Amino acid sequence: MQANDRLLTPLLRVSGLTRHYGARIGCADVGFELWPGEVLAVVGESGSGKSTLLKLLSTRLAADAGRIEYALLGRGLTELSRLSEAERRWLLRTDWGFVEQNPRDGLRMNVSAGANVGERLMATGARHYGEIRAAAQDWMARVELDPARIDEAPSRFSGGMQQRLQIARNLVTKPRLVLMDEPTAGLDVSVQARLLDLLRELVTSFGLAAVIVTHDLAVARLLAHRLLVMQGGRVVETGLTDQVLDDPQHPYTQLLVSSVLHL
Amino acid sequence: MSATGYNFAYLDPQTKRMIRRALLKAVAIPGYQVPFGSREMPLPYGWGTGGIQVTASVLGRDDVLKVIDQGSDDTVNAVNIRRFFARTADVATTDRTAEATVIQTRHRIPEAPLAEGQIMVYQVPEPEPMRRLEPREAVTRTLHALADYGFMHVKLYEDIARYGHIATTYDYPVMVNGRYLMSPSPIPKFDNPKLHRSPALQLFGAGREKRVYAVPPYTRVESLDFEDHPFSVQRWDEPCALCGADDSFLDEVVLDDAGGRMFVCSDSEYCASRQHAGHTGPAHRAQRGSLAAARAGEVGIEQGKPVPASNDTASARLGRGPASS
Ligand SMILES: Nc1ncnc2c1ncn2[C@@H]1O[C@H](COP(=O)(O)OP(=O)(O)OP(=O)(O)O)[C@@H](O)[C@H]1O
Ligand SMILES: [Mg+2]
Ligand SMILES: [Zn+2]
Repeated sequence: MQANDRLLTPLLRVSGLTRHYGARIGCADVGFELWPGEVLAVVGESGSGKSTLLKLLSTRLAADAGRIEYALLGRGLTELSRLSEAERRWLLRTDWGFVEQNPRDGLRMNVSAGANVGERLMATGARHYGEIRAAAQDWMARVELDPARIDEAPSRFSGGMQQRLQIARNLVTKPRLVLMDEPTAGLDVSVQARLLDLLRELVTSFGLAAVIVTHDLAVARLLAHRLLVMQGGRVVETGLTDQVLDDPQHPYTQLLVSSVLHL
Repeated sequence: MSATGYNFAYLDPQTKRMIRRALLKAVAIPGYQVPFGSREMPLPYGWGTGGIQVTASVLGRDDVLKVIDQGSDDTVNAVNIRRFFARTADVATTDRTAEATVIQTRHRIPEAPLAEGQIMVYQVPEPEPMRRLEPREAVTRTLHALADYGFMHVKLYEDIARYGHIATTYDYPVMVNGRYLMSPSPIPKFDNPKLHRSPALQLFGAGREKRVYAVPPYTRVESLDFEDHPFSVQRWDEPCALCGADDSFLDEVVLDDAGGRMFVCSDSEYCASRQHAGHTGPAHRAQRGSLAAARAGEVGIEQGKPVPASNDTASARLGRGPASS
């Protein structure tokens, strides 16, 4: 059944997704499909609507128009707007993850690293302190944080470590889909590179599907199977990453690619 | 009409009906906070205006009222509230838990077991158990609606990680009937087990926050915990110095400037009645001090009224609905 599902339906199907801010376009008529284990990068210049799209996908922002369908375990493709509030929240904290650009927005800064990683487990019913703690330590190790620092506050971690903690906090429930808004922006280049390696490893070893917003084409090249190029809130080009970067069709994409020296 | 010529138990009949309707709803949905139109009371918030309005709304002529504050019937607050109802409703008052039909309380549940037909009225300063973690009312309301209480365990987790045990000792959050998270009011967690399946009706009033909530008789009330760090209550190494009780909540009492101190029951009526029955504690003979003497003399029904046999009591009134005043 699992194998069949994988072959037959995408994990996520988006169509006609539109959101205005007053008269201004946030994003307009965006559509794509994401398959299990696939990584999609959303690229485009500042203000092109990348974050708006991600907020719509995570249902934290209401769309003016359009559909978001997700392949719920055991239920198949289901329109998210059909879910009750309780079902939607459950989905977001079990089968989905959301990694914020600024880890401070995605972490509870006033509780320990262990509590941050354990929160989703507790929110989904885990009631054994020792087991929650063991899981938190296990996940800290997986994102290359020293498990011995489990009781430290995130504020004592560096930016790159905080970002890894945020990733651990999201992956602890083994979600199938992770949304990330510029996960490596704001980090030193060397830290960025290590985080990208880690992300790539996690994505492959867990078969994670991901939508990653970035304005860095190198990040897209490294992580993404497919690219979605946005301009002025609209999708102007989409395709396999290597294809789009090596042979861009849309003038805007050509400009974007030519402005970067080595990819 | 009371002796003063004003409304029975101070509040006008309409207000009492309104509060009783809120209380009936609260009883129907155990642990759920029901908004009500809190009235100005002749006491400042923080002096139990929520509890007083609840008591005023359920009190009948034949009720016997006990008022305790921190376990004592004789603090200024307890005395004032008791006098207030003695004057405005002319009801009998008592110190004895077993004789009371309505017990208004701040910070304690009596040690003597409660019985069917009794009503506990708790004064509540902050009805929202999640308020310290989530200041936004709209958010906490949604969390209650969805029974989405996971992050309460984050706090408990953090306690254990930091102190090795759950550090919350007062106002320890409980789940009511497996559905609503509830603040038990600032009682010590020692008293939490008494909430569980109590035969008494338990009503909670928050005046400033304009909320009432309830735990009907025999309702499941569970304190949050972890499987491997189960909820536990405070214990003392010594029994009550005066009555020898080893099952009651003890207060530390400073005896002199030289650092002399002893532990005595916080529930003064419980302690005194045990002493009357002949129980003694380690300090009893050694130190027949002023405290012991003062406490022993305090017990008894204040106005000497007999315990009523009639039906005009708070529990009967609440059952009868809003028709009477
Ligand atoms: N809350 C808002 N109110 C009004 N306009 C907004 C709001 N958020 C975004 N916009 C506008 O919507 C458009 C898309 O913004 P969005 O934040 O999605 O872009 P972005 O691609 O994420 O940009 P960046 O790379 O700078 O993060 C922009 O014109 C922006 O000014
Ligand atoms: Mg953005
Ligand atoms: Zn005692």
